[in-house]
Amino acid sequence: MSPTVLAYLTKRLGYYALLLAVAVFLSYVLSSLALSPRGYFEGRQPPPPAASVEAQLTELGINDHTPLMERFGTWVSHAVRGDFGRTIDSSSVGEEFGRRIGVSLRLLFAGTLLGTVAGILAGAWGALRQYRFSDRAVTVFAFLLLSTPTFLLAVLLKLGAMKVNQAAGTELISFTGEKTPGLSGSAGTLLGDRAAHLLLPTLSIALGTAAAYSRYQRGTMLDVLGSDFLRTARAKGLTHRRAVLTHGLRTALVPMSTFFAYGFLALFTGAAFTEKIFGWHGMGSWFIDAIGKSDVNSVVAVNVFAAVMVLLSGFLADVLHAALDPRVRTS
Amino acid sequence: MTTTATVPTADPAASAPPAARGRGRVALRRFAANRNALTGAVVLLLLFLLAFAGPYLTPWSHTDIDYSALREAPSADHWWGTNRIGQDVYAQVLHGLQKSLLIGLLTALTATVLASVVGACAGYFGGWTDRIMTFFIDLLLVFPAFLIIAIVSPRLRERGWIVFVGLLAVFGWMITARVVRSMTRSLKEREFVRAAQLMGVHPLRIIARHILPNVSSFLIVDATIAVGGAVMSETGLSYFGFGVQPPDVSLGTLIADGSDAALTYPWMFFFAAGLLVVFVLAVNFLGDGLRDALDPTSGHHRTRRRPRRKGTTHDRAAR
Repeated sequence: MSPTVLAYLTKRLGYYALLLAVAVFLSYVLSSLALSPRGYFEGRQPPPPAASVEAQLTELGINDHTPLMERFGTWVSHAVRGDFGRTIDSSSVGEEFGRRIGVSLRLLFAGTLLGTVAGILAGAWGALRQYRFSDRAVTVFAFLLLSTPTFLLAVLLKLGAMKVNQAAGTELISFTGEKTPGLSGSAGTLLGDRAAHLLLPTLSIALGTAAAYSRYQRGTMLDVLGSDFLRTARAKGLTHRRAVLTHGLRTALVPMSTFFAYGFLALFTGAAFTEKIFGWHGMGSWFIDAIGKSDVNSVVAVNVFAAVMVLLSGFLADVLHAALDPRVRTS
Repeated sequence: MTTTATVPTADPAASAPPAARGRGRVALRRFAANRNALTGAVVLLLLFLLAFAGPYLTPWSHTDIDYSALREAPSADHWWGTNRIGQDVYAQVLHGLQKSLLIGLLTALTATVLASVVGACAGYFGGWTDRIMTFFIDLLLVFPAFLIIAIVSPRLRERGWIVFVGLLAVFGWMITARVVRSMTRSLKEREFVRAAQLMGVHPLRIIARHILPNVSSFLIVDATIAVGGAVMSETGLSYFGFGVQPPDVSLGTLIADGSDAALTYPWMFFFAAGLLVVFVLAVNFLGDGLRDALDPTSGHHRTRRRPRRKGTTHDRAAR
């Protein structure tokens, strides 16, 4: 790493820290103003006494009678020490987070990896075989997937699995939750059960991701294939395969590094839908449930998590960009 | 190809140089030759017809309840069947389609206007204007739109769907604005902009007259695709109850209502789901065809389809 690259990356990191601070502040203010935990407590059956509602709200730090800035100040002073407060059901947000994040990561990891690799390969392959039947088939299939919202894709996969199960007479494909509750047996059985539950959620994330990346990759790859420097590489005596792999694919991946960063946004949204539809108790379904319960502390925690992840992937894209694109190193 | 024959040759009021019309003709010819794009355009036209004229063909409105027909399969009386409380699915789906189309169009339009104004101003003025606007763009990008819209949705229950359009638009313009910004930065160095500057033309006028027309190809394509994106966001949010609220219906709420019983009563689910996919597919084909037709660099060499030029390397390297 040369000093220019380090300076560039340090500058970006500082900028991201500033963005994070402003974003956290805004999301705290917005969540506090839009959600009404008081209404949630008052609406309980039987209705709790007013004094108890007041006490509970104050204890959670979400009492709307306390000035907003004071609430935010208290929240920040705890948050910087890693304490994100308590959920509306009085459990620790941190513990809930720890439980949920693992679920989401298990769900996202396989789907994203599979989708990205399949998409890039399909796109590059399509570009190399432009306008042949295989390219057209991949294109039509990608368009069809891109036109199906994630939630609909998940619902359709679930319906398909139900149909298969009906026809088979047993539960061939399981699609509710992360594992069969109360199942016991050897480690192999348990692992197999988890893998079976992963099938549909992974597919619903991977298919959409692959379709998007295949389109981008096909486009950038086509640009590169028609470029002068690739012709120069061929003229220099490189075989077609070597020219495409060492000069073509690498260059075509540079603009993709930006897509990786912003792809996270779409991914997070898609994952929330997928979790909710397949009954996984991850970050996304936590967020959706928390809004229903006016659980300010949990909503803010998910927001902070999302912001950190977006900025982190933005930073990774910068690093990737610096590694792939020599112009960053010299400027 | 045939329509251009009637274009009058001399129109003193129009300041457009003859090259512009020639370019339009080339674009039209390319568009007409693209089978996917034509199919997309025709399907979209039919869908709009269906959504806005279709409801007049049936005596049922989307709120009518036929107590004698609960969960009834498609018949002569109820073309697409009825749902669990006896509402006509045809009337409901068409009403939902109307709402989703309106939301998609309005969102894309608002977002594109916002993106072109902010992007062009940031790129043209540079300096602190650029820094502040870029910071604002990056800030909005930090949160998935879905999170913020979901958070404020409980407060919007009574306000109706037009506020929902505003929210979708506010979170849907940033990436387009970035591209417009980077395109503006390179346009700014061109001779015709320099000439206008030296003649003392007002900067806002330069942006309106010289910058925006030159990024219009990109904006048209982007706005088209944004319609599909907006409809997908709308239906997703509505599916989880964060978007269009009952008694109003959209394709998203209809899919949510029908999905649980989709295997037993398929008509409650598949009409809404099918129309949604067909609509977005048609929009994407149209957008892709428009890109091929409008992109001046396409057609020269083997590259025909260009990638969606969102957040290009140039954009990142320039900052």
